[in-house]
Amino acid sequence: MDWSLVIGNAAAELISPTTAAYALAAVGLAVHFGYTGLLNFGQAAFMAIGAYGFAVSVLYFGLPFWGAVLVSLLASVAFALILGIPTLRLRSDYLAIVTIASAEILRYIVSTTSLASVTGGAGGLSAFAGEFYAMNPFPEGNYLFWPFDVTAKDLWVRVVGWSIVALATLLVFALMRSPWGRVVKGIREDEDAVRSLGKNVYSYKMQSLVFGGALGTLAGIIFILPRSVQPGNYGTGLTFFIWTVMLLGGAATILGPVVGSMVFWVLLSLTDGLLQGLVNQGVITFLTTDQIGPVRFILIGLGLMALVVFRPQGIFGNKKELQFNV
Amino acid sequence: MSNDISVGKAAPGCKKVDPILVADNVTRQFGGLTAVNVDHLEIPRGMITALIGPNGAGKTTLFNLLTGFDKPTTGSWNFEGKDLAGVPSYKVARLGMVRTFQLTKALSMLTVMENMRLGAQNQPGESFFAALIRPLWSSFEAKITARAEDLLKRFKLDAKQEDFAAALSGGQRKLLEMARALMSEPKLVMLDEPMAGVNPALTQSLLEHIKDLKKNGTTVLFVEHDMHMVRHISDWVVVMAEGKIVAEGPPAIVMKDQAVIDAYLGAHADTDLGTVAIKVVKEKK
Repeated sequence: MDWSLVIGNAAAELISPTTAAYALAAVGLAVHFGYTGLLNFGQAAFMAIGAYGFAVSVLYFGLPFWGAVLVSLLASVAFALILGIPTLRLRSDYLAIVTIASAEILRYIVSTTSLASVTGGAGGLSAFAGEFYAMNPFPEGNYLFWPFDVTAKDLWVRVVGWSIVALATLLVFALMRSPWGRVVKGIREDEDAVRSLGKNVYSYKMQSLVFGGALGTLAGIIFILPRSVQPGNYGTGLTFFIWTVMLLGGAATILGPVVGSMVFWVLLSLTDGLLQGLVNQGVITFLTTDQIGPVRFILIGLGLMALVVFRPQGIFGNKKELQFNV
Repeated sequence: MSNDISVGKAAPGCKKVDPILVADNVTRQFGGLTAVNVDHLEIPRGMITALIGPNGAGKTTLFNLLTGFDKPTTGSWNFEGKDLAGVPSYKVARLGMVRTFQLTKALSMLTVMENMRLGAQNQPGESFFAALIRPLWSSFEAKITARAEDLLKRFKLDAKQEDFAAALSGGQRKLLEMARALMSEPKLVMLDEPMAGVNPALTQSLLEHIKDLKKNGTTVLFVEHDMHMVRHISDWVVVMAEGKIVAEGPPAIVMKDQAVIDAYLGAHADTDLGTVAIKVVKEKK
């Protein structure tokens, strides 16, 4: 088994744009669930809005890069309002039901054949990031060092992705230390108490839903910049991976979702590499290489169960502040 | 019998010289049950008014209706002349009518100090964009922190200000909830069973706090089962039974009222008995 390859591949995940996208989506979810107590099970939908909002704007409407980003964000705000207006007056369980359902509705809409000329149908969309890569200030060549060595193109998308993650993290940090953060944390604890103190709870929940959703949308754009848009990516599985990432790091923490995403992807890559190696060398005989993919997720599931049992507050969480008390 | 709070004789639904809150024909039905059926009620300004009655009399439901936490089947009411029917609860609180809850709602995973700061009104940093610019709200924050420290000292919670509210005892949470309500400097504070679960040693100081509120011009309306407290601090007592106001008047007189004794002992012999009510019955025998 080539250890340097296995470890190198795993370590490269630390800075990959996918890790950045998951981290950003999880930061958004932490705003929803960790700080405001909103049970959003549709973060995949916000990511899909980022992906399709951007790609369709560029390919179908011919908008420039910034126009496409703006359209995605506006669509994300509209989606949050549509979800929030009927459900945020109700108990949080209803938001969970509505978000998971609307995420699926959205996925079915973008993959319908009749919309194939716009959304690409089941085949998805590709070749929309030309303008983004044309903005790359790094000259051709190889950058960084093993195991992070990348091309100029790879470096550009990583720099942009992680800069957005850093900005979003700072923004959430500032917000949660402010009186605004105090109100949403109060709402997480007891809505009626906050209402009795003269705060418009409905409006705060809406602001939180819109803000966290917008972070999810930006994450959706980062996610597709190095790849194509595939409708199959935006199923409930994606939402649950984002939840895993958030809970792994700690739901009501600033850096938790970022580190959670790194741990998630490094573990996924590491288990893949190790299992591949062991199967190829004949150490593991009861698995074929085709079965390794699903087995990794079984292991991740077991890991999440262990986390819930032994460290419910996540890696960074304060046990007193937040546990699984849904 | 005349007094200086009501216009003319004290009677259920009587007019007050200077009412802060006036309710008319407020009813609330839960299916076939009429939980609240109040024809007319006025709460006198600047006084301490006790709302008493057996369990299930509709006291808390009336609180919920008046503060916008529940919608009445019929009725209208106004606070300082402003019509409040249909006004959402947070706006009621902003108008200066702040309540506490029977089942304490301390925000457990926030510190005692954060709980207190949350009670303050008009903090500019509570708006999303202003929150990002610290200088816009830091001086206001310092001001409310000082006020919170002062209140916590009065409620003997100052040593706990950095603890999570979850770490407080039941009685301390009750105190915190009351102190938090006072952070908004309300005109009318509505306390739902402020004494339930509070250590007797603290009861006396809590009574003093409530009297201080009156001194500072705040109107107090409270629900309580502790008849000692009712007699000791209230200027006016309103008695509810089966959703209706059955008696009103100064405490010394109301406690001897036959309708009150009936409400507590007659129709509901198995429910909560106030110690004074028992004494009154014994004296009569």
